[in-house]
Amino acid sequence: MIWALALFAPAAGALALLLRRPVLIRVWLVAAGLGQLLLAAAAMAAAPAPVWNGWLALDAAGKVLLGVISLLFFIASLYTYGYLRPERQADAKHESFALPAFASCLLFFLGAMTWVVLSQHLVLLWAAVEATTLSSAPLIYFHRSDRSLEATWKYLLLCSVGIALALLGTYFLAMAAGGSGSGLTVQELAASARSLHAPWLKGAWILLLVGYGTKMGLAPMHAWLPDAHSEAPSPVSALLSGALLSCAFLGIARAREVCAAAGQGAFAQYTLVALGLFSMLVAAVFILGQTDFKRMLAYSSIEHMGVLALGLGIGGAGIYASLLHAVNHSLAKAMMFLLAGNVLAAYGTKAIADVRGAGRLLPVSGPMWMAGFLALAGFPPFGLFWSEWLVLKAALNHGAWLAASLYLLFLLAVVIGMASSVVRMVQGALPAGWKEPLRERLWAVLPPALLGAGILLLGVYLPSFVRIALEQAAVLLGGAR
Amino acid sequence: MSWQPEVANLLSVLLILSGLALFGASRLAFGIRVVAVQGLGLGLLPVFAGAAGAHPSAWIMSGAAILLKAVVFPWLLLRAMRQAEVRHEVEPFVGFGLSIWIGIVLLAACVFASRSMAAWPGAPAGLPLPASFFLVLTGFFLITTRLKALTQTIGYLVLENGVFAFGTLLVPEAPRLLELAVLLDVLAAVFIMGIAIFHIHRKFDHIDTNRMNFLRDWRREENRPGARIAPEARP
Repeated sequence: MIWALALFAPAAGALALLLRRPVLIRVWLVAAGLGQLLLAAAAMAAAPAPVWNGWLALDAAGKVLLGVISLLFFIASLYTYGYLRPERQADAKHESFALPAFASCLLFFLGAMTWVVLSQHLVLLWAAVEATTLSSAPLIYFHRSDRSLEATWKYLLLCSVGIALALLGTYFLAMAAGGSGSGLTVQELAASARSLHAPWLKGAWILLLVGYGTKMGLAPMHAWLPDAHSEAPSPVSALLSGALLSCAFLGIARAREVCAAAGQGAFAQYTLVALGLFSMLVAAVFILGQTDFKRMLAYSSIEHMGVLALGLGIGGAGIYASLLHAVNHSLAKAMMFLLAGNVLAAYGTKAIADVRGAGRLLPVSGPMWMAGFLALAGFPPFGLFWSEWLVLKAALNHGAWLAASLYLLFLLAVVIGMASSVVRMVQGALPAGWKEPLRERLWAVLPPALLGAGILLLGVYLPSFVRIALEQAAVLLGGAR
Repeated sequence: MSWQPEVANLLSVLLILSGLALFGASRLAFGIRVVAVQGLGLGLLPVFAGAAGAHPSAWIMSGAAILLKAVVFPWLLLRAMRQAEVRHEVEPFVGFGLSIWIGIVLLAACVFASRSMAAWPGAPAGLPLPASFFLVLTGFFLITTRLKALTQTIGYLVLENGVFAFGTLLVPEAPRLLELAVLLDVLAAVFIMGIAIFHIHRKFDHIDTNRMNFLRDWRREENRPGARIAPEARP
């Protein structure tokens, strides 16, 4: 079962290289997305046994993220079906091989993310995270523009270098366990945690935090993120922001679990809280006065990653809040990036100043864009309201008054910054040159609508199977409800 | 096997010297050859000086590492160099003379740091520890102060070599199969970076990363009202 899950997406990616007809490639992506979703659902229901010396297993935390990744990929593949319509790609300068390569990289990317959530061995986890970088870098360059090439290079180099540090951190962890005869799987490390050597462990934590933090987009290691997320094709941005960042978050959460088990939890927590708040500050500064709406969404991702790090750093109930927030944020941000693709397609610009009257011109996407902003900003009744509130509650319960007040301050600044841009984009009359609203295509509006319905559902009613999965994951990662 | 620490120290000296050579290397072809020699030294580590001893798996690891680090990576880099039609690193942010001095200071810092880590349980004596740290810092230095995308790739490779040296010399328990997965990742990384360099050269006619600066926040030309960009635009 685990093997089927681990090998499905890479196999589908390899087969995609053999397809030549564009329509087949588009159908293939949707079919593979559906297959992965069904496989993931079956694996989550069946609770399969670990394989390969226990290096690959589906634990509680993995289940939550596997569900998010598979769902997002399926929805993004629906959107991609419309996105890759020949008439929409007519002016793109593609070589004949570009489309199969794009589909193949997309599926390898999905496969790499699946390996990240399944990996229990830290070296394997590292290899999988690096594979996500390598398979997603070509996706960013899909449009063959100068700007996307620059973004690709930055992404490739900064993330590879950052992740190389995480490998050094993993080896430090091995040194910390040296002599105790334990392997490098999370369970073995956590079980023998008491005998881990503190100095090596601290060094390992710093290196792992910087390494996977780079990939997660925590400031000040975030320099690649706004570029990559704004220049990538919109469905890819949705996957990078919604699925990939959460994968990196899982790497940090697993490392923290080992630290906490070894009695170094306090050290790990301070660093996480500091990085989380700093990320929120940086995001707030750059969202205020942002001129590009996809970059605005990218900085919003940095902000939400800061919230995740903060929740994880507070620990206890904060870990549950963090996981719930990760799920909520994935859905909301993916929805917003898909909608940003619709806005970009209609207006032909990413400049906030040039987009007016989106609520009129795009009768479905416009209102959804507004609703998605409200969700991201943490307004009820959307799911993010609850998870952000739970983070706040956890912070106050732990007496972290300073962190809680800074958290609220930065959230407020982000809301103000985003509101001024989003509201201006949505309001206003039909832009000049348009007589009547656009007739939007089903492929462009159904995927974000599905995601929006998901966030709304998580806000008004948390299904019990989701709640139980999140609670189990929180307990596994060293927290409590 | 009492000769093992000696061999480890000897190879560490080779690694340190190759790192120092890179601080002053202005010719890209020379830098790539240095990295090849470094890769050869690293490839010998698992068999002759590895923490796990000369198991059969260590031979496989050595073979794979030599093949990739001493042959395939340099070949990929040389190919990228020819495609991009560059020979020299010109006017880096930090001059070559100063770079060498910085290299010596960094080396001293690594030795000092390793000595202060000697009290850490399991910390090895001798040169392997400072050598691996020095390679990591060398890689960082090259990535941050050199302009050419190709030199930055070399820097990434040297950084990765440092991590590899740390892993093979000090960590006996990492399963070799997973080490191979790591090597495969690095291979893919160098390969994709090579392709990216080719595209950068074709598009911009240079591979100077400091001149790639379209993407920044605030005051961006194309975000002025009225300026339109087309990549994702509909027909």
